[in-house]
Amino acid sequence: MILAVAKNRLFNLRRDRAAFVLAFVLPVAFFTIFAGIFSGSGRSSTRRIPLAVVDEDGSDGSRRFVAALRAEAGLDARTAPEAPEAKDGAAPPPPYTAAAAEHAVRAGDLPIALIIPKGFGERPIVFGPGADRPTLRVLADSSDPIAPQVVQGLLQRVAMTAMPGAMARGGMEEVDRWSGGLTPEQKARMEDALRSLDAPPPPGQAETPRPAATRAGAPGLVAVDVRDVVGEAKRNPTVTFYAAGLGVMFLLFSATGAGGALIEEAESGTLDRILSTRISMTRLLIGKLLYLTAVGVVQLVLMFVWGEIFFGLELLPHLAGFAVMTVATALASSAFGLMLASICRTRMQLVAIANLSILLMSAIGGSFYPRFLMSEKLQRFGLLTLNAWAIDGFQKIFWRDEPAWSVWPQVLVLVGCCVLFVAVARRVARKWELA
Amino acid sequence: MPTFALPLEIRELSKSFGSRPALDGVQLSLSPGEIVGLLGPNGAGKTTLVRSVAGRVRPDGGTLRIFGMEPERDEARSARGWVPQEIALYPLLSPTENLWTFGRYQGMSKAALERGIRKSLEWIGLADRADEKTDRLSGGMKRRLNIAAGTIHEPRLLLLDEPTVGVDPQSRERIYAMIQELRASGVSLLYTTHYMEEAERLCDRIAIIDHGRIIASGTKDELVRQTVGGRQTLTVEAESALPAALAAELSRRGGQVDGASARLPVQAAGDEIRGVLETFHAANVPVRNLTLQSPSLEQVFLQLTGRELRE
Repeated sequence: MILAVAKNRLFNLRRDRAAFVLAFVLPVAFFTIFAGIFSGSGRSSTRRIPLAVVDEDGSDGSRRFVAALRAEAGLDARTAPEAPEAKDGAAPPPPYTAAAAEHAVRAGDLPIALIIPKGFGERPIVFGPGADRPTLRVLADSSDPIAPQVVQGLLQRVAMTAMPGAMARGGMEEVDRWSGGLTPEQKARMEDALRSLDAPPPPGQAETPRPAATRAGAPGLVAVDVRDVVGEAKRNPTVTFYAAGLGVMFLLFSATGAGGALIEEAESGTLDRILSTRISMTRLLIGKLLYLTAVGVVQLVLMFVWGEIFFGLELLPHLAGFAVMTVATALASSAFGLMLASICRTRMQLVAIANLSILLMSAIGGSFYPRFLMSEKLQRFGLLTLNAWAIDGFQKIFWRDEPAWSVWPQVLVLVGCCVLFVAVARRVARKWELA
Repeated sequence: MPTFALPLEIRELSKSFGSRPALDGVQLSLSPGEIVGLLGPNGAGKTTLVRSVAGRVRPDGGTLRIFGMEPERDEARSARGWVPQEIALYPLLSPTENLWTFGRYQGMSKAALERGIRKSLEWIGLADRADEKTDRLSGGMKRRLNIAAGTIHEPRLLLLDEPTVGVDPQSRERIYAMIQELRASGVSLLYTTHYMEEAERLCDRIAIIDHGRIIASGTKDELVRQTVGGRQTLTVEAESALPAALAAELSRRGGQVDGASARLPVQAAGDEIRGVLETFHAANVPVRNLTLQSPSLEQVFLQLTGRELRE
């Protein structure tokens, strides 16, 4: 008898495809996606942190340091902007200056930049309080909280392994200064040893750091000054990201839920009745799009106003850009909900497909976890989602303080998606028209 | 719009779903202010025919005109009202909001809509519950609101698809009264039902559809005459089982004897009843009850389709 009950449920599960997908396909799909996002972030094969390098020193030592940074697997160190497309005869872009590097970070082209000051190659380390030592300047965009930490660690490591002579010489000078002075004989022997350290590596041996050397220097031996050039004036930097990320995700959920009214109308016979009146399917869909968009706009306004009141999100100075992005995002999300509702035949189907697609888009589109922390492959893949474009647009406005017109690529994509989704919905909705 | 055009005119209408024909040369018309009852067994093509008139099914062949117009045209949509069998309303909206919605979908102006809603709510007896959620109304109230949603724009042709299914007798009477009022105001109605007494009571003309064709059409009397003829049935019940001699005599007259009762076909009721009573008297069998029954639509239907209406 008890087994019969279980078997009855099994029959049901076999017939109910939506429940089947929810039970077995969804968990595996999500495991795969989240495993891809989170396990990939720490591996060199996935995410390399782009780093603009400005060598103001230009010494042998600093050049060796830059070369070692370029060879570092965790970094994508560039001394000049990437050429847009290799063209024959086109001059390569000029190297970064300190100002150009700062501009690139502010514009979001790179998360971080390094400026190597004059004298660094000669004296990378100096001990003692108030010591006048050359300090590496790191310009960061704190919307990526991880990049500055990783870069600081790697700078210490690379300095120790790429400039062993300069480091040791600095150490020797400090010993000389604080120990009361080395004898000339001791100094001569040290110089011999230092020359061998400064010699270039034999041919065939990579300039990359030796594993044994990675722990040679204690963290902080090289002076590094990190400055947040984008978020330094922000009251609450992370809230911008979450307002946009979660806002878009909930917009998608609510638009899909409300779009499901179409299925209810079809199931109850109300849609049949409506289509016998003077309203056409096209008008019906556009009317529903209008409603869903209006609800979406109110939702985002509510979220951002709440953020302004309680979390220091700066809404008022960014009203124009916010308005543009909000309408574009609401339009695209609403059209997406309408399209899903048109495709599905039952509410159950809609719930399953909506959950799967929205959580998937939110995961790879950066609603849960910033895209710039994902591997480059996933970052590119994320551009297939509405979330990524919407979040990028809101970030431009709220994080980078860019003007409203600067979000035109995001608006173009979102409005384009809206048109495409409505067209698909209209095409699929023919199933409800004349028999 | 041609002034002479009939509210509904259907000629040689055909429609197939795959290889299965649903309509096969349907001919039907409605005159102004006329109620035509559409009867037929399940699967006979009633729903396809009504949905064709409602503009929800595109026929494969033949013509269908509403006041001389194609059913898809806006003027035809305005002239036509459809009350589907399902309660096709928004359950969370109030009666007022439901009526507003369907009125606006029919292109009614704000002023006309306000008047129409007030009038409709009075007409269906829901003025005092105008702002409650529809799903809190009783089954009969929802049925009445369903009708009002199809008539808010004052159509001149109304399609009523089983409007009394599942309602109590009191609500049914109220719906009958509403239908009579519609007819009195000049609306033409195409009425599908499974209740024979409803068709007999409300409809001026009855069309019987089977296998996608209208197999008979006319008033009830015309249909009876054309099919089962004018013969009535006389049922005589005695106090006790009929003696063999009497049973034999009644059988000779075409009667059927079953224990203490006998059923006889009669053509001229007045003369034949006297003769039957005399036969019983002569056999010394006292008569306890006497019933004279005219031919019913049910018999007509059975005769024409070979099936009960509810099959």
